[in-house]
Amino acid sequence: MNSVANAVASTRSNARLELDGLSRSFGAYNALDGVDLAVEPGEFVALLGPSGCGKSTALNCIAGLLALSGGEIRLGGNRIDQLEPEKRGFGMVFQSYALFPHMSVRKNVGFGLAMQGVKGAEADRRVNEALALVRLESQAEKLPGQLSGGQQQRVAIARAIVIRPPVVLMDEPLSNLDAKLRLEMRAEIRGIHDQIGSTTIYVTHDQDEALSLADRIVVMSQGHIAQIGSPQDLYQRPINVDVADFMGFRTRVPGRIVAVFGDEAEIDVAGARIAGTMRTPLKAGDSAILSVRPEDLIAAEEGIAATVASMEYRGRAFFGLARTADGSELYFRADEALPRGASTRLKPLAQRALLFKDATR
Amino acid sequence: MSGPPLRTRLAARGLDGTTMLILPGLIFMIALFVYPFFYGLVDSLTPKEGGWYANYAKFFGDPFLYDTIGATLWLALPVTIINLAFAVPVAFRVRLMNRQRLLTTILVLPITLGTVFVADGLLTFLGPRGWFNHTLLAIGILDNPIKLTNNYWGVFASLLITGFPFAFLLTLSYISGIDPAIEQAAATLGAGPRQRFSRVFLPLLVPGLAVTFCLAFVQAFAVFPSAVLLGAPAGPTRVISIAAYQAAFEQYDHSLGSAIALIMGGVELVVVLAVLGGRSFFYRGPAGGTKG
Repeated sequence: MNSVANAVASTRSNARLELDGLSRSFGAYNALDGVDLAVEPGEFVALLGPSGCGKSTALNCIAGLLALSGGEIRLGGNRIDQLEPEKRGFGMVFQSYALFPHMSVRKNVGFGLAMQGVKGAEADRRVNEALALVRLESQAEKLPGQLSGGQQQRVAIARAIVIRPPVVLMDEPLSNLDAKLRLEMRAEIRGIHDQIGSTTIYVTHDQDEALSLADRIVVMSQGHIAQIGSPQDLYQRPINVDVADFMGFRTRVPGRIVAVFGDEAEIDVAGARIAGTMRTPLKAGDSAILSVRPEDLIAAEEGIAATVASMEYRGRAFFGLARTADGSELYFRADEALPRGASTRLKPLAQRALLFKDATR
Repeated sequence: MSGPPLRTRLAARGLDGTTMLILPGLIFMIALFVYPFFYGLVDSLTPKEGGWYANYAKFFGDPFLYDTIGATLWLALPVTIINLAFAVPVAFRVRLMNRQRLLTTILVLPITLGTVFVADGLLTFLGPRGWFNHTLLAIGILDNPIKLTNNYWGVFASLLITGFPFAFLLTLSYISGIDPAIEQAAATLGAGPRQRFSRVFLPLLVPGLAVTFCLAFVQAFAVFPSAVLLGAPAGPTRVISIAAYQAAFEQYDHSLGSAIALIMGGVELVVVLAVLGGRSFFYRGPAGGTKG
């Protein structure tokens, strides 16, 4: 660890953040409905979910920008949910950067220190360290409007961590950046986290971002936590069809279980028998849903019969959409483009298909 | 050798069919502003008697005339400052409200009433037998009715009522233009409400408030109906527009009237330039979320 990181490293705290029955409603609508979560010191947790799932609401509640309708927030055992945001001292990074447009980069970064009453040489030193950490020393005197989007977001990160917050909150910080910059900043955010060891809660709707950044991912859906787990867990073992869908298992076709062997089962989909791993207990005769990622569904002689509806080129391979006779959609991979309307048979690669109980029937 | 056709070359310089759309506006401006302005200027420089500057010499040589500048400023400046001072906190509160539209409508209503209607209402309300004095007398705060009409305070009150909605609406739009995340960021960084206002909002609002000040000031400086109806048009509320009116339509010296109107414009210009000039000490860029 270099000296810069050392100096900012007192951000590392021993305080554990606990959410206990966190709830927030807007009128009759429950945006957040009894969320329980404990974040360990130094941990990088991603809140992942589609828009409207409650992840941003949760983050705003933790920051104190939204009052709770119910539940508790504790930091190091102390209740903080009644505190004003300015008393919590959490650094927050916003999607829109939210830099102070009338202040130089240096003043922006120094703002939190000024509020804490840190002045003079000590403040200068810490601002310089934070700027060095995000590699913006040379831009210190510029106004935010003179910087690129990526630079602005780095200023926002420096501004949030310079106050040595017990928890850093990030609200989709990369979604305003272009794809290439997003990848670079992703690595940078993880690098900064590893250097200063801050506890970080990161909200995103991008599963790639969550997978690559987080120690632990919390998948949210309709105000609840759907699943908590390591990136590998979520990627390989989603707990239900919705989480699976969100983690990239785009194809979800209904069928009927014909045979069960331990963890595995065979399902009949449109007359084809497909083997898959059971994620929920199933028995022969049950209605079930087969979930597969597009890259794991390919043409095979004994696959599900379907008609190609569209194809797109993605560099290494073609990805297509086919429909079965009853209208179920199959997202698949192919080495060559198939003409629209062509008949094909599709089958998941061995061990890559998941089977869930069909809750709708 | 032939370049692109003329039409394309003109379009590249920003001249095309759409440019023609400024014509009606331009004609309007020339007919209703530029021409009258120069007409008045020339008129003011061709006095009934004496040299070209005679009207101006007369104005600045007669305290009965030049005192109107002070009298008008003495009304317009305090009224504008107080209106702005009220508009900022009210706009800050309204910004956070759900029923914004309803409240805004109520606050804006006075604009639609017109100055004469407001003046008439105030004459009754603030008069010696009006509700205001009645109430204060009934509660026992006053022993004798206080005089609030046909003097400075009557005009003052009327200008506050008609000027406030204007200042409020402009201020509200400037405040709403600031990305709410900027305030949230300041809060998470430890700034309390007072610091958020003084360190973040105020510096971002100053340019907008300066423009609001100028517009509200110009409006108040041109006060006429309420100064006549509610004030003491021969005394403390003998504002500059009354002087211009009397010169042009009572003494039939339209040349002197034009000169006074131009002096009036000149005073406004000085105040406006001073305020806008002060603005350059502040940040003037966009106050929204900036995108790369």
